[in-house]
Amino acid sequence: MTPVLLAQAPAGAITAPPIAYGAIAPVLIVLGGACIAVLVEAFLPRHQRWPVQVALSLVVLAAAGITLGVYAGGSPAALTTLGDALSVDNPTLFLWGTLLLLGLGSILLIADRSVEPGGAFIPTPASRAASGGGGTTVTGGGGDDVDRDYGEPGSAPTMQTEVFPFALFALGGMMVFVSANDLLTMFIALEVLSLPLYLMCGLARRRRLLSQEAAVKYFLLGAFASAFFLYGLALLYGYAGSVKLSAIADAAAGSDRSDALLFGGLALLVVGLLFKGSVGPFHAWTPDVYQGAPTPVTAFMAACTKVAAFGAISRVLFVAFDTTRWEWRGVLWAVAIVSMVIGAVLGLTQTDIKRMIAYSSIAHAGFLLLGSMSITEQGVSGTLFYLIAYGFTTLAVFGVISLVRDSDGEASHLSQWAGLAKRSPLLAGVMSFLLLALAGIPLTSGFTAKFAIFAAALDDGMAPLVIIALVASAVAAFFYLRVIVLMYFNEPAPDGPTVTVPGAFTTAAITLGVLVTLLLGIVPSLALGMASGGPFSG
Amino acid sequence: MPTQLPEAGQVAAASGVASLAWLLVVLPALGALFLFVSGRRSDRWGHWLGVATVVASFVIGLLIFLDTLGLDPAQRTREASVYEWISVGGLHIDFGLRLDPLSLTFVLLITGVGSLIHIYSTGYMSHDPGRRRFFAQLNLFVAAMLVLVLGNNFVMLYLGWEGVGLASYLLIGFYQDRPSAATAAKKAFLMNRVGDVGLALAIFLIWLELGTTQYTEVFARIGEVPPGTTLAITILLLLGACGKSGQFPLQAWLPDAMEGPTPVSALIHAATMVTAGVYLIARANPIYNLTADGRLVVALIGTITLLIGAIIGCAYDDIKKVLAYSTVSQIGYMILAVGLGPVGYALGIAHLLAHGFFKAGLFLGAGSVMHAMNDDVDMRHYGGLARHMPITFVTFGLGYLALIGFPFLSGYFTKDAIIEAAFAQPGWQGWVFGLVAAIAAGLTAFYMTRLMIMTFFGKKRWQDINAAASTLDPASGSSGHHDYHPHEAGVSMTAPMIVLAFGSVFAGFLLTQGHRLANWLSPTLGELEELEGGALPHAVVPWLVLGLSALGVLLAYLIVGRRPTPVERPEPVSIPVQAARRDLYANAINEALVARPGVWLTRALVYIDNKGVDGLVNGTAATLGGSSGRLRRLQTGFVRSYALSMLGGSVLVIAALLAVRFA
Repeated sequence: MTPVLLAQAPAGAITAPPIAYGAIAPVLIVLGGACIAVLVEAFLPRHQRWPVQVALSLVVLAAAGITLGVYAGGSPAALTTLGDALSVDNPTLFLWGTLLLLGLGSILLIADRSVEPGGAFIPTPASRAASGGGGTTVTGGGGDDVDRDYGEPGSAPTMQTEVFPFALFALGGMMVFVSANDLLTMFIALEVLSLPLYLMCGLARRRRLLSQEAAVKYFLLGAFASAFFLYGLALLYGYAGSVKLSAIADAAAGSDRSDALLFGGLALLVVGLLFKGSVGPFHAWTPDVYQGAPTPVTAFMAACTKVAAFGAISRVLFVAFDTTRWEWRGVLWAVAIVSMVIGAVLGLTQTDIKRMIAYSSIAHAGFLLLGSMSITEQGVSGTLFYLIAYGFTTLAVFGVISLVRDSDGEASHLSQWAGLAKRSPLLAGVMSFLLLALAGIPLTSGFTAKFAIFAAALDDGMAPLVIIALVASAVAAFFYLRVIVLMYFNEPAPDGPTVTVPGAFTTAAITLGVLVTLLLGIVPSLALGMASGGPFSG
Repeated sequence: MPTQLPEAGQVAAASGVASLAWLLVVLPALGALFLFVSGRRSDRWGHWLGVATVVASFVIGLLIFLDTLGLDPAQRTREASVYEWISVGGLHIDFGLRLDPLSLTFVLLITGVGSLIHIYSTGYMSHDPGRRRFFAQLNLFVAAMLVLVLGNNFVMLYLGWEGVGLASYLLIGFYQDRPSAATAAKKAFLMNRVGDVGLALAIFLIWLELGTTQYTEVFARIGEVPPGTTLAITILLLLGACGKSGQFPLQAWLPDAMEGPTPVSALIHAATMVTAGVYLIARANPIYNLTADGRLVVALIGTITLLIGAIIGCAYDDIKKVLAYSTVSQIGYMILAVGLGPVGYALGIAHLLAHGFFKAGLFLGAGSVMHAMNDDVDMRHYGGLARHMPITFVTFGLGYLALIGFPFLSGYFTKDAIIEAAFAQPGWQGWVFGLVAAIAAGLTAFYMTRLMIMTFFGKKRWQDINAAASTLDPASGSSGHHDYHPHEAGVSMTAPMIVLAFGSVFAGFLLTQGHRLANWLSPTLGELEELEGGALPHAVVPWLVLGLSALGVLLAYLIVGRRPTPVERPEPVSIPVQAARRDLYANAINEALVARPGVWLTRALVYIDNKGVDGLVNGTAATLGGSSGRLRRLQTGFVRSYALSMLGGSVLVIAALLAVRFA
């Protein structure tokens, strides 16, 4: 196959592949907007940057969303474009829409300057801020370590606005990631989405050491995972002679080549992807990074990265490894079980709410893997629905977490949440609702999503796994409940945290998350219908 | 407005007044929402809104009931589809209501008893600062319970199931300042989760086999399912029922749930929610009809529970806990009844209804006593209250007589019918089920008589405590916990008690006379089968039960009534009493079987996650260096150990994949 391809492309006569601009316009708009944001950062005076960046980001996301809506409104057929590099099919469109909406919510959280005066991000360029830490010691990531505040807000209350182009680049990378039709494109998208995220993790205004430590950890482990992905890619290319997903599927279907390359490659590739999805046992970075990163960034990572990672995992498994599913499924069963058990059980012991949500995300990653493993239309639609449901709930959860503060910044230790219902019944009510959604109580999106995914998994012959998943979600329900108990049934500490009245941006983001969580629980039909418009194609 | 589907299975769509069925659920739900949201503004009148929504639901339920009575029995099952809830792939779940004799019976019970208890609560909670929150949660409960019984598919049932669990959890923990309340709430939640997993699995299994969860279709096609799977479904449904209804081995949460306010104990933990398990099994009767083994397991669980409850009930001094174990025991009777199959479904429901009346009445009476005794629940501090609280005494007494099966009161008709049906089982089952049920009836008479005597008769022990307190601490004057001035409660509390007392007296006769209830329920539960044969002649059974009950009363009189009751609990007691006081070691068993392994698993995982990988590295280094000092300085969060764990995981994944392929 490869020699033929080479023969058809004589040197010097490369013809540009046709591009379906209408289909990929949302991605182009987001990436183009990111470039403009960099220019804004370079040329505008400092005091003008924040309003311009916020407006630009929101306009870009809205424009991309409208373009996507117009394109998807015409019920387009699945197509591949850019020389088969991108596949624009129904899951792609759904995931793009999900990412844009979640991105909008995250940008709103990031842009907020009312909760933390000046915003959650460092006021001075990162290079100088690092000196505030004074050293490079690695402190423990455990919740009990108290980081002193290096670099108080000081005289310059405005925040660094470089976080906006970072977010847009990461979002653009995620959109390419979920639509990538060959592994090389996928790898480049992986790097495009990851590098800005590493930087964003280190931008916290408070607890800067913890934040920078998280960024370094995330970067090192992310690089490690990228290497796995790349090595897997190389092995698969060696096996199939192509990096295209469908070509790998064809090669696996009818060939007598060495399966060692195929399965070795698959294993390495999947490890790289599972890392991004924070699936156990590749989850180790998650609690530290969730805890250390500025909360709006954590919200962005928790919601959008999960969507991107599972979009990609599902696509790879569905398109490239459909025919070999009986070989790899057993191994992924074990991975899913490990992830669910780790997330559910270790979540019980956490004392920091951000770490707790991190372990919850590990358990959810296990549930999501059930959907990704079901190579059926139902599995695809269940996974897509789960992603949008989980994304919005998590976004709102982190939005709420960012509001509970004491004089040292966010009060994320669980003991500080005691009796919060007495201080702010509304916040406690919203948080309880979101936690119930994470636990999967009916009439919230969490229930519908779990139902859809478990039903798909059962239908595809994974009954034992569903039993374990049900038990794991019953266990996990306990630690969500613990927070509700703390908020309602405990006496507030005398010097407990206060609940900040959120500004318009944060309010909008939390409202968006809560509304979606409620609507997807009561009237999920619309989103479910959109999610089941068709499977991945390649 | 609901859209009406003319083709909802083979079942007619609801029309006329029945098309208002959605209001049944929506009214209390809106009440709850309003009370939660409105804040302090509605503190003064919010509770009346709570009462009004439930009474309105009751009126609508009554109208639909009367409307249904006018129909031909074959057409009494109707459905109203509100909207399509979940639709994905082959999975369609309607937000649909099923109006049939069984669901309407429950609607009347829930809204009827619910209305009475709401009214009672306006008096009981009048001094509580959290009154509005209380009524919001109570309304939420009513709405969820109505969803549970009205849903036309198993997923709706699950929705209501989780909803009542949540409301029950909130209400058990209502007294937020008591740590014991928070613990009890947590325990209830956890044990219910065990049951919920069973129910969820059963629903998934049904869906997997039949591709639908709607009752009509499931019951029409359940015969296609292989017998082994049917048995599994019945056992899993039973597990769900055990969690919600406090049946063995998940019974331990129910007595602790008495930490909630007493009206909650009456409504949720006596009359309605805890009977959801009985409803579930009765609703799924076409499935249980197919498997004799499944029914046998149900009957066994019921028998074990009714005995356990009766034994433990004899040992407690806390008036609410005695009533709680009595509830456990009586629900055991109901579960036993529905486990007997077509001879028992209607009997179980009849006992459920009668029990709903007299147990709710008993709890309200207990609440009235506590109200008079400064919220003290220890019966050893009571005594001689009959003269001070005549209305409570009479209504409570009637409930007591109904419970122990005094001739021609409610319990006599409904409980004896179950015992007769149990004796009528073939072979060993008749003897075991029948004898255990009859002996437990004697025990019931014993513990209830003991409760009556300790509370309403004998010496006024609280006077001694008052006197002792004032001599010990005269400076404190008349204030303090041990200053009892028993008095009758206001009319808002006594009126519901009187109504329920009428129910305790007449419900049994009215329901069972001429198989009235069984005939009414036959479109849902099938015809009530006549009893044949069995261990003992039918004529003998009532006399046996009566004799055993009389013996129980007599023993209680001899042991408790003739001797002075010590105010302090006697401590060295015989081994059986010791065991009963410790709930027959149910908590210890749960601890050993579930809690400790869970703790070990958690510790092990924490160790592996935080320390294990790093410990491995550092441990090796320490051994090599001949120093253990480094081991003590272990920290978590090293990026190298994370990388190592990732590498380890990757190696395992790769090795496993290759092994699967080449093994």
